[in-house]
Amino acid sequence: MANSLTQLIQSNKARLLDLWIQKQLTSDSLRDDLMSNDELRAQSEELVNALARSLTEENIDQVDSIQFDEVFEILSGISVYRAQQGFSPRETGLYIFSLKDAILDLIRQEITDPARLFEESVRINRLLDSLGVVTFETFIKGREEVILRQTEEISDISTPVIQIWEGILALPIIGTLDSSRTQVVMENLLQRIVDTGSNIAILDISGVPAVDSLVAQHLIKTVSATRLMGAECIISGIRPEIAQTVVHLGIDLSNIITKASLASALKHAFAMSRMAVKRIDVDKKAL
Amino acid sequence: MVITLSKDRMSISREQDLVPFRNRVKEAAVKIGMGIVNQTKLITAASELVRNMFRYAGGGEVLIEVVSKGRESGVRLTFTDKGPGIADLSLAMQDGYSTGKSLGLGLPGAKRLVNEFDLKSTVGQGTTVTILKWKNG
Amino acid sequence: MDKIPILRMGPFLLVTIQVDLYDRLALNLESDLVQKVHQTGARGVLIDISAVSIVDSFMGRILGNIASMTRVLDAETVVVGMQPAVAITLIELGLSLKGVHTALDVERGMALLQEKLDWDTDVADDDGDNIE
Repeated sequence: MANSLTQLIQSNKARLLDLWIQKQLTSDSLRDDLMSNDELRAQSEELVNALARSLTEENIDQVDSIQFDEVFEILSGISVYRAQQGFSPRETGLYIFSLKDAILDLIRQEITDPARLFEESVRINRLLDSLGVVTFETFIKGREEVILRQTEEISDISTPVIQIWEGILALPIIGTLDSSRTQVVMENLLQRIVDTGSNIAILDISGVPAVDSLVAQHLIKTVSATRLMGAECIISGIRPEIAQTVVHLGIDLSNIITKASLASALKHAFAMSRMAVKRIDVDKKAL
Repeated sequence: MVITLSKDRMSISREQDLVPFRNRVKEAAVKIGMGIVNQTKLITAASELVRNMFRYAGGGEVLIEVVSKGRESGVRLTFTDKGPGIADLSLAMQDGYSTGKSLGLGLPGAKRLVNEFDLKSTVGQGTTVTILKWKNG
Repeated sequence: MDKIPILRMGPFLLVTIQVDLYDRLALNLESDLVQKVHQTGARGVLIDISAVSIVDSFMGRILGNIASMTRVLDAETVVVGMQPAVAITLIELGLSLKGVHTALDVERGMALLQEKLDWDTDVADDDGDNIE
């Protein structure tokens, strides 16, 4: 064989890259809003170079050979990057499959014997399909990382502890309370109690969609932990539906101070701290 | 797959061993960067189990291991004694049940404080309790 | 043998636990405190556990016992300065220390005891008035 498939790809690297870039630029899946064309070219070039470097006549049929590690690594990097940039799985998939089209175009131009063309096409197909699988796998992994990071961010954002008065903390809870969330809420709240020396905490649950027995149990735990620290905990923002479900489920909240609104909880907190808010009578003062 | 990164053995025979034992557990937890709340939960669970071992079997041996699984690392403790054993495991795991004069929170309480809990016992031969707490568990 | 010092501050007793407790030490503290309350006629006991990193069910039981025992002797017990991690762990363990008063720090614990003492005295005075 004068020109093996590997040699063909290696000696026509630049042409292959051009063919591929051409295909990508004309494709519907081009997202120049997410990635510049220069960047796309650099990324594609890196992959083509790595592929040309690793490819030999022996390993082309054995994609799990360790000689492809470099290619897989670059490819994983590209798909994780794409997942984080917000590319769709379709766009990422088409990216790698357009490389297959480019290689097929190249060998179609170079190989004239139909039997050999067919044979080489099958080999190329097999290789690129396994690269496609790697792309999907790592793309999903990249997305999972995004989700994981967002989950952490959300749980941080959604549990702010605010000092609303000297000695009074408020903690508005938005969203569902599960056990890991309760853990974060408790830790934040108790630490702030120590830091600020507050002895009253108001837990406002108006942003909690539903209270079932598990959520109630988490609330009771938070209240008990606060009391162990020597502070009192008031639960506010109890909507009528929540009051109904709590009673229907037979949850005992009688040991906990509960208030309908944050305002009434604050009023109660003032009373506990022996404070009063008074309206200043302007007319009287003027007289 | 859980991989063991380091191993440390300690035998418990006297009440005074409790404090150094807690310190050893704490060292392992600090080594993997466990947060203060999880550290406290782990050491408290360990404390409950060591006390049980001491009270019912007169002592025993504890294996302290630092383990990892994927990205997570954790501390695994194995308590082995040659005491009388536990006849009814499910009863022993009930809150408030005790054959001694304690509050009966030891075993069920310890289980609630850790991520993995395994209890094996043969009457007349002894008891083995294994607990595992992940760094972010 | 180690001993945990008990300080007298007016009508109250103050105990600051600075070391990790093993069982014998905790049991000694329990009996020492009860003795001392009886001897001095103290009206309140303040236990500062801000330096304690571990409270297990045994220690929790000792704290509960101390509170119940001193109450029989007409002295209230306040536990102050519990670490957040300790509080979370106790709740998870299933121990809420019912019957034990708590406060954030020694100062507030003292104020709480004083309040209870004043209230007691008021009631006693009222009773006296009524008799007259």
